[in-house]
Amino acid sequence: MTTVTAPSPLTAGEKGRAGDKFFSGLTFAAGALILVVLLFVTLFLVVNAYPALVASPAELTGESFFSYVWPLVLGTLLAAGLALLFATPVAIGVALFISHVAPRKLAKPVGYVIDLLAAIPSVVYGAWGMLFLAPLLVPIYDWLHTYLGWIPLFGDPSATGRTILTASIVLAVMVLPIITALSREIFVQTPKLHEEAALALGATRWEMIKMAVLPFARPGVISAIMLGLGRALGETMAVALVLSSGALGWNLLSEGNNTIPAEIAANFPEASGLRYNELIAAGLALFVITLVVNLAARWIVNRHKEFSGAN
Amino acid sequence: MTTQKTPLEDSVSQPIAATASGDAPAGPERRHGRSRLTAGQLPKWTPYAVGAGALVLSAAIMALIGFNVAGWVIIGAIAYVVGMYVVTLVKENRRKATDGLWRNLIIGAFLIALVPLISVMWTVIANGWQGITQPGFFASDMQGITGKYDRAAEAGTGPILGGIAHALVGTLLITAAATIISVPIGLLASIYLVEYSNDNVFSKVIRFFVDVMTGIPSIVAGLFAAGFMLAVFKLFGAQPGAQTIGLSAAIALSVIMIPIVVRSTEEMLRVVPNELREASAALGVRKWRTTLKVVLPTAISGIASGVTLAIARVVGETAPILVTAGFTVATNWNLVKDWMMALPVYIYYQLTTPTAPQAPEPSMIRAWGGALVLIILVMLLNLLARAVAKWLAPKTAGR
Amino acid sequence: MAKRIDANDLNVYYGKFLAVEGVNINIEPRSVTAFIGPSGCGKTTFLRTLNRMHEVLPGAHVKGKVLLDGDDIYGPGVDPVTVRSQVGMVFQRPNPFPTMSIKENVLAGFKLNGKRLSKSDADSIVEKSLRGANLWNEVKDRLDKPGSGLSGGQQQRLCIARTIAVEPSVILMDEPCSALDPISTLAVEDLINELKNEYTVVIVTHNMQQAARVSDKTAFFNIAGTGKPGKLIEYAETSTIFNNPVEQATEDYVSGRFG
Repeated sequence: MTTVTAPSPLTAGEKGRAGDKFFSGLTFAAGALILVVLLFVTLFLVVNAYPALVASPAELTGESFFSYVWPLVLGTLLAAGLALLFATPVAIGVALFISHVAPRKLAKPVGYVIDLLAAIPSVVYGAWGMLFLAPLLVPIYDWLHTYLGWIPLFGDPSATGRTILTASIVLAVMVLPIITALSREIFVQTPKLHEEAALALGATRWEMIKMAVLPFARPGVISAIMLGLGRALGETMAVALVLSSGALGWNLLSEGNNTIPAEIAANFPEASGLRYNELIAAGLALFVITLVVNLAARWIVNRHKEFSGAN
Repeated sequence: MTTQKTPLEDSVSQPIAATASGDAPAGPERRHGRSRLTAGQLPKWTPYAVGAGALVLSAAIMALIGFNVAGWVIIGAIAYVVGMYVVTLVKENRRKATDGLWRNLIIGAFLIALVPLISVMWTVIANGWQGITQPGFFASDMQGITGKYDRAAEAGTGPILGGIAHALVGTLLITAAATIISVPIGLLASIYLVEYSNDNVFSKVIRFFVDVMTGIPSIVAGLFAAGFMLAVFKLFGAQPGAQTIGLSAAIALSVIMIPIVVRSTEEMLRVVPNELREASAALGVRKWRTTLKVVLPTAISGIASGVTLAIARVVGETAPILVTAGFTVATNWNLVKDWMMALPVYIYYQLTTPTAPQAPEPSMIRAWGGALVLIILVMLLNLLARAVAKWLAPKTAGR
Repeated sequence: MAKRIDANDLNVYYGKFLAVEGVNINIEPRSVTAFIGPSGCGKTTFLRTLNRMHEVLPGAHVKGKVLLDGDDIYGPGVDPVTVRSQVGMVFQRPNPFPTMSIKENVLAGFKLNGKRLSKSDADSIVEKSLRGANLWNEVKDRLDKPGSGLSGGQQQRLCIARTIAVEPSVILMDEPCSALDPISTLAVEDLINELKNEYTVVIVTHNMQQAARVSDKTAFFNIAGTGKPGKLIEYAETSTIFNNPVEQATEDYVSGRFG
């Protein structure tokens, strides 16, 4: 029986609808909050960095902020670049080992161990680099200097081994599991169809990898390397612990050079006044660099998207 | 997704040739001479011969320039790889030689990667064991531990005093606070992305910036939290410096943790089959109830393990805590007052500023002990993530 | 250069599971042999053992012998790579390499042999293989375009061209037309008829008309029930299989009385 006065059964349950509205509003707020946080991060960095950018040279550590931060930027890029140079070939090799070379029984535990290694805190790698690796490398650095000393990179060696090269090696060990884990994920996703096509043509395993696996995985591997680079650029403690910092220089075997994160970590707890702003400005520079690297990684992946999904 | 490929060569050794070629050959089988398919192949013992030759050659080289085991193995390995390539090239063909060369290089890469990783584990365990077995290592903090005691310990006239109690308390409190802040935000945001946004522009923007946020260097997150809290405290008229508290560190860790939680949760929600949502909606259940009662429970195992991994990721962070919570020698249970120690910061300070600069050994032992505890903590969290995923996985019949 | 294939008492296993049991078959050179049978009867599995492609699956192994012109391809020390360069394979779904152009796809297998190819040699191989696959006229103007831009039937013929560029002795085809429309199917069937002048062709098909159209001899595989191994029931001239088969099971199957 329908009456005009009684509420339609279809409009009943206002309470439930309010719950729906409240909940969706809540989730929206959480999403918006993330954007606000990121906006705040940028804002705080810029606002706090600004005094250092405009301060008179007399109050600053260097002659100007630029001359202060420039060697740090180069040092950061140098350490991260060297780390990638060491880590990338090994990481891709290990990923291929797990995905296409190792017997099945071995591949699974190895992959698991690599995942665990990616989780080891950086301060532990730093301790290892400082107390174990650095002394171990001293004779090798001596040897490098003796026989390859004519290359400016291998100048007078340090007696402690706590140099930018050691720091890079530690960084390489740290990013290795990251690049390996991501690359392996992509290698195992290679379409079976293409692998079988290569094998049926009489390809050896390496030829199959070259023909089917690597072309498919290239964009993914590049982005894995970029993510490793982002990690190496931002890594603080390993460098702060391993490196005896100093002025920027070409000699990889002596103390010297510094990276932005290590500079901040070493000086921030005691910093005050303009020094504080200066360190935050250095942090801003680091933020911009990692942002560019990460955006580049995304761009590469998106640009190659239509290739990888074919068939 | 993670199916591994069986290497083809391995199957050669499988019991394929169980029927010896002598018994009852049916059909026109070639009986005399070697099969054309195996013509020109190297004998099975070739790798061993080349390996032995490489080690001898390496030993000879090392004898000339002074013997050490590492050099012997490295030069031997290089000689083996080159030797196998040349032998295969000469006796078989270039393709097989290249295949073998890359195979050896890939295995070599694996072995090279193992060296530092095993070395890290071994150093931490060997040195850390000495640290954690010191009496009172877990029970005491560093209050009152001065250089005097450490010099005594190094001289052998006293025990190594001091421990990680304050750092452990700080790490647990800060990590717990960070988890409490980031999990609800991360969970709700990913529910918005998957269930409510309909992939609108706003959700694309969030997704993009979440990606950007995962790339923020941890020290920058720390700087932000420090600056943010400074501003907040100034607003309420507090002394500058009062913002150096555990809560600031928790906020810094949240900035790192939220994007990790969002990304893993989003992935887990997306694999929940749409049929479940539709089935629930067809029963007249409100969307928010559907989300809470149907979607979330289905995905909970993946979400929980993602959250646990995010915790494992931030529990070892040093730099953001260093610049937000400072460092101290005393146990501090209060997240909103006074400086607070965390385990990674403890390790850092014990290493860089030993309690007794002339006798750093006790500080090193404490640092290694702390490192071992930290690694065990991270490993446990990782194992927990796997266990949680298994426990909470939807129990479906049949599969 | 076509070679004969003889399988003697061949058993195929996946791990412990016996998938195909006791196959004895003699396949003549320069002929088309069709494998027919219900789904899951092991015909594709058996086909893949003829060039050792089944080894891609973990745990797969065989007992017995497969002789390629008298040489056991499972003999001790035989490299699967050598086997596969003599026994080519075309798959159910066309699978040109997505990152390569049409030309590069044709040359993909040939380049493996690593001989330095002059441009004119390469061009002549591409033309010869594409003509051999009845594809030349359709693609000669766009050899540098990606292979994945072709239609399904063209892609499949491209894969055949890629296979014959390596100059194998035997070509195995695993339901090569099942993903194609009728017109493309016709083109591929015509091609199979021409291929038998130079190659030994073995084709797995679900389509009995197709088996009747293209093959000289037909082998019928069947399975007794789930969990039981597949077996070769009958192998004879195609006309015999379709008109007066010896076995009742074969007759039931070809007359559509059993599914």
